[in-house]
Amino acid sequence: MTDIAASSFVRQDLVSERAAPVKTTGFVGFVRTRLLNSPTNILLTILGLLLVWYIVVPSIKFLLVDAVWSGNDRTACLAENAGRPVGACWPFIQAKSTQLFYGFYPEAERWRVNLTFALGAVLLLPLLIPRLPAKSVNAGLFFLAFPAVAFFLLHGGGIAGFGVSWVAGLLQLFADSISGAGEAVVGLSKTSAAGPALWAIGSAIVLVGTLLHWVIFPLTWLRDQMLASGQGPWPDFLITAVIVSVILFVLGGGARVGSRPLITCLATFAGIAAVIKLMGLDRGGLPIVDTRLWGGLLVTLVIAITGIVASLPIGVALALGRRSTIPLIRIFSITYIEFWRGVPLITVLFFATYMLPLFLPGNFTVDGLVRALIGVSLFTGAYQAENLRGGLAAVPRGQGEAASALGLSWWKTTSLIVLPQALRHVIPAIVNSFISLFKDTSLVSIVALFDLLGSLRASFADPVWTTPSTAFTGFAFTGIIYFIFCFGMSRYSLFVEHRLNAHRRN
Amino acid sequence: MTDPIVKISGLNKWYGEFHVLRDIDLAVNKGERIVICGPSGSGKSTLIRCINALEEFQEGEIVVDGIELGPNLKHVDAVRREVGMVFQSFNLFPHLTVLDNCTLAPIWVRNIPKKDAEATAMKFLERVKIPHQANKFPGQMSGGQQQRVAIARALTMNPKVMLFDEPTSALDPEMVKEVLDTMVDLAEEGMTMLVVTHEMGFAKEVANRVVFMDAGQIIEANTPKEFFAAPQHARTKLFLSQILR
Ligand SMILES: Nc1ncnc2c1ncn2[C@@H]1O[C@H](COP(=O)(O)OP(=O)(O)OP(=O)(O)O)[C@@H](O)[C@H]1O
Ligand SMILES: [Mg+2]
Repeated sequence: MTDIAASSFVRQDLVSERAAPVKTTGFVGFVRTRLLNSPTNILLTILGLLLVWYIVVPSIKFLLVDAVWSGNDRTACLAENAGRPVGACWPFIQAKSTQLFYGFYPEAERWRVNLTFALGAVLLLPLLIPRLPAKSVNAGLFFLAFPAVAFFLLHGGGIAGFGVSWVAGLLQLFADSISGAGEAVVGLSKTSAAGPALWAIGSAIVLVGTLLHWVIFPLTWLRDQMLASGQGPWPDFLITAVIVSVILFVLGGGARVGSRPLITCLATFAGIAAVIKLMGLDRGGLPIVDTRLWGGLLVTLVIAITGIVASLPIGVALALGRRSTIPLIRIFSITYIEFWRGVPLITVLFFATYMLPLFLPGNFTVDGLVRALIGVSLFTGAYQAENLRGGLAAVPRGQGEAASALGLSWWKTTSLIVLPQALRHVIPAIVNSFISLFKDTSLVSIVALFDLLGSLRASFADPVWTTPSTAFTGFAFTGIIYFIFCFGMSRYSLFVEHRLNAHRRN
Repeated sequence: MTDPIVKISGLNKWYGEFHVLRDIDLAVNKGERIVICGPSGSGKSTLIRCINALEEFQEGEIVVDGIELGPNLKHVDAVRREVGMVFQSFNLFPHLTVLDNCTLAPIWVRNIPKKDAEATAMKFLERVKIPHQANKFPGQMSGGQQQRVAIARALTMNPKVMLFDEPTSALDPEMVKEVLDTMVDLAEEGMTMLVVTHEMGFAKEVANRVVFMDAGQIIEANTPKEFFAAPQHARTKLFLSQILR
């Protein structure tokens, strides 16, 4: 050792490199410095080992080592036949796999399910990878075109009309319900004390309804003419395309902004026409598969994806509404959020399934699955609204002011400045809601929809496969499927969070 | 003599029961630089925020370049297109790069193609001397640089009037100069400016007129020379004695 306590020091020979002491690097070093370096750590290490011993080892033993991999019925999975302790009974899953994935979807039509999910995956994956181009086209295809295509693929059926007919139908329903309400009031006036007054009000309402019918008469007449023409949806399609294009052209600023919007619009309609032609929607489409036959993972994914995609816009609208300065919008948003957050999802599903039909007009039915979809979306929307409200509150007021000062309208300020920042703040909370929604889809089994878990439970009833380990195998399998989806969402959200928050790192 | 580019007449504003702005009359000519000063809470920020309708007011009228802004805030959008604003806390958009901060409004408000907007933005970023940082995020820059970006961002909209609300008071002393220099450059180019600031050096060097406010009213307005050498009102004298020490 050199003594450098003296005020002047000059090194004579350089110190050569030496290996670090064995005890501080490598495996031994890791064990010494990270696992056994203090009494607390020693205790934690022992607890960790115990955990591995009691949970991980038996799980692997059950799922892999002791598992039965082939067989045709329960006998293969019985300990007395196998001659050893029996773990998971995988042949059971194999035998039930179609039921777990498709429910009772007819075998000949299952390609439609596969095609739908392949299509979804092909559209979704490039959307998730930030490096790939054409995000807006991709997003448009996934969020707007895909749901419609998926509906006609999975459910089947065709279309008789297009935009004009649909608008006419909606308006007619609206006018009908007004007339109906008026007639109900007139009916009341016969028994009530305030008879004449009620009669006057009722007649006035009926008059409004009749007037509405006259106002929309050109539209309904046009629809009936087109229906009678026997050309399928095509005349309607053409008229709709022309009307929408003209409106877009005029509202978009006419020739001044160039022909791009018009071309985009026409291309969109051409795409729709191609899809209609390709799927034969104008000729009745694919055979209809009633949603009561759907089941398994199909139903789980349909509910989860619809819920996820629909709940976010609902949440955004409500969160903005809750901050609105217009009292009516604010009160509506608050009431809505508090109501949906105050009732359990099971109640919502029950209500949607068994009570809603009682309130709707007699000839108006909504498919059971659709009712559940609506219930789940509205329910999750309320939660997303509260998540987002936190994010909106975290955006400083100055941001909106700076945007307004630059001349941006409220809509542009909100969508370009405030919302993007708010969303970045609450990605973890939003994905948290997505994950819990994904798992909550299993609650639909109480309203007679057979999701993945419901199908599994139904398959337990099969006496061909009753063995002591059937239930464990089934739950382990579905558990793994749920885990893969939820874990995937969780990891992806971390990635997105990291990427979108690039601006916060220095 | 031409019409003033900003004309405030009989402006009154209340926050609930609190009378923040009282009978404000002020006319600013084209190319004029006005410094507004006064004690904290005197209503300086509120006044200049009224000019681009960030605050509503209950009585009076503001006319910006012939566009009338009454208590019902008609023509808000038109006025905001004429008026640029720079805030004390910069208020850059943290999720956008410096360049995107500067092109956002031209693209979305003026419908300018992205290429042209970027070219214009780079021109202004060069003018405030930070063209090399165009692809950074605001959070990666110093306060002085951020404030200069904020000035560039406001300029990309070609405003006729620029409002500054204490642009240097959130900055470390060594960064104040770079921002003030930028503002002096802007003044020399003939921009009409209304500046709320406590930088009396800037006021003496650049302003055509200094406006002193207290308790929501204009107490005194004069050329900087007169204002600093011979303040008339007792409150002005007190304020100057405190701040010039
Ligand atoms: N949103 C508000 N609601 C109620 N009172 C307010 C509000 N904003 C400001 N005030 C009050 O109005 C008065 C003027 O505020 P203003 O921000 O214009 O002052 P200022 O002169 O800019 O002060 P400073 O130098 O501190 O920035 C202050 O007394 C303040 O408390
Ligand atoms: Mg202020």
